[in-house]
Amino acid sequence: MTASQTRVPRSSEMLDDYLLSEEQLEAMYRYMLLSRRLEERMMTLNRQGRADFVIAGAGQEAAQVGAGMALKAGTDYAAPYYRDLGVMLVLGMTAREAMLNALGKLDDPNSFGRQMPSHWGSAKRRVLTQSSVVATQLVHAVGVALGAKMRNDPIVAFASCGEGSTSRGDFHEALNFAAIHKLPVIFFVENNGYAISERTEKEMPVPHVADRASAYGIQSAVVDGLDAIAVYQTVRPAVDQARRGAGPFLIEAKCFRMWAHSSDDDHRRYRPREELENWASRDPIALFRQRVEEDCLFPPEDLDAIESGVEVEVRAAAKWALDQPDPSPDDMFGFVYKEGDDG
Amino acid sequence: MAEVSVLEAVHETLDEVLAADERVFLLGEDLEAGGVFRATDGLSAKYPGRVLDAPLAESSIIGITIGAAHYGQRPIAEIQFADFIHAGFDQLCSEASRWSWRTRGEQYLPMVVRTPWGGGVHGGQHHSQSIEAYYAHMPGIKVVAPSFPADYRSLLKAALADPNPVLFLEHKRTYRLIRQEVEGAPAEDRIGKSRITRRGDDLTVFAYGLMLHESLAAAEELAGEGIECTVVDLLTLNPLDQDTILEAARATGKVLIVHEDTLTGGLGGELAGIIAEHAFEDLDAPIRRLAGPDIPPMPFHEVMESAFMPDRTKIAAAARDLAAY
Repeated sequence: MTASQTRVPRSSEMLDDYLLSEEQLEAMYRYMLLSRRLEERMMTLNRQGRADFVIAGAGQEAAQVGAGMALKAGTDYAAPYYRDLGVMLVLGMTAREAMLNALGKLDDPNSFGRQMPSHWGSAKRRVLTQSSVVATQLVHAVGVALGAKMRNDPIVAFASCGEGSTSRGDFHEALNFAAIHKLPVIFFVENNGYAISERTEKEMPVPHVADRASAYGIQSAVVDGLDAIAVYQTVRPAVDQARRGAGPFLIEAKCFRMWAHSSDDDHRRYRPREELENWASRDPIALFRQRVEEDCLFPPEDLDAIESGVEVEVRAAAKWALDQPDPSPDDMFGFVYKEGDDG
Repeated sequence: MAEVSVLEAVHETLDEVLAADERVFLLGEDLEAGGVFRATDGLSAKYPGRVLDAPLAESSIIGITIGAAHYGQRPIAEIQFADFIHAGFDQLCSEASRWSWRTRGEQYLPMVVRTPWGGGVHGGQHHSQSIEAYYAHMPGIKVVAPSFPADYRSLLKAALADPNPVLFLEHKRTYRLIRQEVEGAPAEDRIGKSRITRRGDDLTVFAYGLMLHESLAAAEELAGEGIECTVVDLLTLNPLDQDTILEAARATGKVLIVHEDTLTGGLGGELAGIIAEHAFEDLDAPIRRLAGPDIPPMPFHEVMESAFMPDRTKIAAAARDLAAY
């Protein structure tokens, strides 16, 4: 496959193949909204001095939720990156857990306050623990897929990253190895146009990350990352064919980073004013609602009910999490080495 | 029972663990053809699909090993020469070393990375280096550097059984040089233990790998002069066996630390620190370090190479000075 064959599917042309039920569409809306409201609350807590650091996926929810819903939660392995709150929620993380994580609380199931927020990990949800070093997780997903292939275990390993990560050697090494061994890996690139302040044209000379896949003999697609349905309908077939043994697939979702890189960044220093002013028209959650309403997919009062439910849930989760115990100094010790014989 | 070389011990053990556990597989460069040192000779045919050639990309060799270990396989990676492992430094030190710590042990990595290290083979800058200090500095990675074939066998098995990442260093000069009847030979099968290999009252020498053998040869020579050495085979470089190190240092009160790694920031500094901190009052002389000089890598030409490396003559000379202190 050459770069020119990189597909840019539209949701309308694919609806027939992977139709979403009303229930799934409602879940999609709920996850996106939950992700956004949680991040808004986290940012508020940050500005109040109660949360040290926030790194968010606002604007990328459609990509994250659409892709996450294409996986078998609890069966497939995921190596997401730090913006992927939406993926984590689809895989089962609760609002309370997200808030524990944001506050670095002792009971945060991701890292128990040992890592910065949004550095995900969950053994029971098959989410690989991850660091701040970008693209390392892509190779880990390849290793998981290699192990699974050796055991004829029909899982898929999902690895996501931003487009900034695709400059690193690990991205290329991961694609190369996965392609050589035809491993069931989905490389999901959320291209939000920025690696902190560096625009895409400073990161790579080709228009699409997906163009790079052809060099490794990997199938690829570009999808509108603001359209959750299109993302699902692009990722789901790739997941299905990878599970059947067809090898890896790279999907690039064209996204939009609504906020600064993190709570410590001011993106007004490097983003054009008009770009920031126009973000509202590119809000994937508003776009989803608009489409659902226009297409009469389900009644608007259901959407309102979801919104009010999410508001209540987030508020309660934040309040609850603030009262949970912080780690003590001694909580840094232990588990430097896993104890016991592995057997 | 015939003697086996270090290389044969490694090869036999790989064969044995592949046979014993279907989760075990090998990943590295040129492994299917047997590897550049022949450590995996014939294993690819014997265990189809479980001895995998890797592209020449060390970061992914280690990163894929991490993923496979996380999944539940028992991968053994080979980095062809330790000199090339640093491309995977990030994967080892930023990821593998803290996989357990950052999940409070909910996720862990039963993985081994084998790699030939050390000089004396005319390998120049990138086929001779000692890399242990970089990795022994990192809590969360166990670093093992055996000297005798029996220990290679038992510690490689222990490394595989360990639920943590283990960097298993194989001194390439000793691959064919050092032979031992392994049946009944003392073998350390616990990671984290050092062994007092020879006992003497005058001074204590700490070493590992090829330098352990050079130290034993020097001790033999010195015994003929009436200088009796205790010689400690460190075996595990991280975490260090503080109890044995202190016991051996206190036994003679005079300490000589030998490594072919360059002096500054080498493991000798850490050993000296431990001994100075905990056994100062038992010392009868300043701690002495004998190490490679502080030039970046080992030089190629044999004249310079031998000048770079400590050996039995230099060790004996340093020991005589120390004994006379």
